[in-house]
Amino acid sequence: MKKILFMLWLSLLSMPFMGIKGGAYLFLGICASYGLYIFLANTFDRIKLPAVPFNAKIATTAAIISALILPFLMKDYYTDIAILAGIYIILALGVNIVIGFSGLLHLGFAAFYGIGAYSNALLTTSLGLDFWSALVLTLPLTSLAGFLLAFPSLRLRGDYLAIVTLGFGEIIRLVLNNWDSVTRGPNGISNIPSPVLLGFEIGRLTHYYYLVFGFVLIAAFVVKRVQRSRTGRAWLAIREDETAAESMGINTRKYKYMALTFGAFWAGLAGALFASKMHFVSPESFTFMESVFVVCMIILGGLGSVPGVILGSLILVLLPELLRDFQLYRMLALGVGLVLMMIFRPDGLIKKS
Amino acid sequence: MILEVRDLTKIFGGLKAIEEVSFKVKQGIILSVIGPNGAGKTTLFNCLTGVLSSTRGRVLFEGADATNKRAHEITAKGVARTFQNIRVFGSMTVLENVMIGQHLRSKEGLFTAILGTDTFRKEEDEIRSKALEYLEFAGIQDYADTLAENLPYGDQKRLEIARALATEPKLLLLDEPAAGMNPQETWELMELIKRIREWGKTVIIIEHDMKVVMGISDRIIVLDHGVKIAEGTPDEIRNNPYVIEAYLGKEEVG
Repeated sequence: MKKILFMLWLSLLSMPFMGIKGGAYLFLGICASYGLYIFLANTFDRIKLPAVPFNAKIATTAAIISALILPFLMKDYYTDIAILAGIYIILALGVNIVIGFSGLLHLGFAAFYGIGAYSNALLTTSLGLDFWSALVLTLPLTSLAGFLLAFPSLRLRGDYLAIVTLGFGEIIRLVLNNWDSVTRGPNGISNIPSPVLLGFEIGRLTHYYYLVFGFVLIAAFVVKRVQRSRTGRAWLAIREDETAAESMGINTRKYKYMALTFGAFWAGLAGALFASKMHFVSPESFTFMESVFVVCMIILGGLGSVPGVILGSLILVLLPELLRDFQLYRMLALGVGLVLMMIFRPDGLIKKS
Repeated sequence: MILEVRDLTKIFGGLKAIEEVSFKVKQGIILSVIGPNGAGKTTLFNCLTGVLSSTRGRVLFEGADATNKRAHEITAKGVARTFQNIRVFGSMTVLENVMIGQHLRSKEGLFTAILGTDTFRKEEDEIRSKALEYLEFAGIQDYADTLAENLPYGDQKRLEIARALATEPKLLLLDEPAAGMNPQETWELMELIKRIREWGKTVIIIEHDMKVVMGISDRIIVLDHGVKIAEGTPDEIRNNPYVIEAYLGKEEVG
């Protein structure tokens, strides 16, 4: 009954886009595919498929190899999207440390992404540094910003923290927008140079793809390592029960500072990559919606799980692009997808470990 | 004296939850804190372990001041506790829960973890094997890889004790460890607490089950409305008129 009501609601929701007839067809379509799903599930249950052993190492290797040869098979347009997806994976891994591991609902992460992008843009254009020297300065700078903006998270929990961090995120965006003499306001900063690696300019999309891919590998490796360490366990303990964690001897204040600093570090890296990829930054790229989008990624994939975060980011960047032909319904599909997730897999696609 | 409490007072707004409570605890004994509901027993624990800060008074642990320190500092000094309403880390495994207890007894940081150095690996192995020892001591080693929230109630209470022991305390505070347990589980728990004492640790427990209290305590403190009304051996407490009055009410003079 609940399911039929849900389908009806979905069809009604689509009527403004698809008309009454379209809505009715959608309803019939959903009912039919649900019936088919039940039928298939029952049949397969009876047939009993042989269990395929899942080996994490083989799966990871296969994913890395296919990612390595992918640019040769894809059109430039898709390589471009893949680069964007890679940048979002790095950003989402950073946010995952704060929200997924430590349980601090931070809704202002676009701020660190923006600080990373702007400091890279300013250091390369105004001071004439190359990408790498700028990066060496950008990363500590963003981490420092994360550290300084961590103090509200010490006093506030849950919803209150979400509201305050949201506010901080907006403050940073407004500063970028209004500090004309430095950030050139809404016009943004253009002509950001491409990175040069060992005397070789990374100008073409394929080259840039491999650069970002390398950073994604490093980020995933490092975050995974940290998750399975004393520090990672302390973060998880804070997420589970702060009072109990403190009673176990964990200095919760220190570890919250660490989580935000470390999370901002990755956001800064993502921002720097974004700036040099686009050759242009403006405050529009770092709005509140950006923070929400990244939170959606880690919720979709599975809070606290590194493979889950990667999968979630890939889906949320690639899917809207693949659905570009159905532009009108893209956001609808995204919304419906998230609602379905909350109903059928509230823990995310890949359950947290 | 492992613990000395002097005139400890905690006031919530206008309510005196505990009022000028003083007592001393000798090394290696089991001390029970009893009293009717709302007598201030858990508040006393919270003030001793830094979960709440007290309004007045002093707490000395092994002669050194431990008043109003933060909870993790007090744990570092060698005081561990369990909670009345279970507070295990639900979505982590039983083993990981106890590994967190080892937090203070290990020190590897972020960078050695990222590099995966030998010292890091060695320490991880040590933490793991020690955690398994504590699980075995508490009798829940079979559940090592189960998520803590999927454990039966009684075993979650054991897990809390194992986790507290993993911090390697000298003084262990147990808040109603036998609550909600059946007679068999209660008996096993009493054996466990006695083994902890044999290990040389001092134990303070809050408990309502008089069989447990009279069965294992070396000394008993009675609180009523935040005030200490009696202290002594189980026999002395059993015959103390103030205690009988607090529990059963005053006898009508007929």
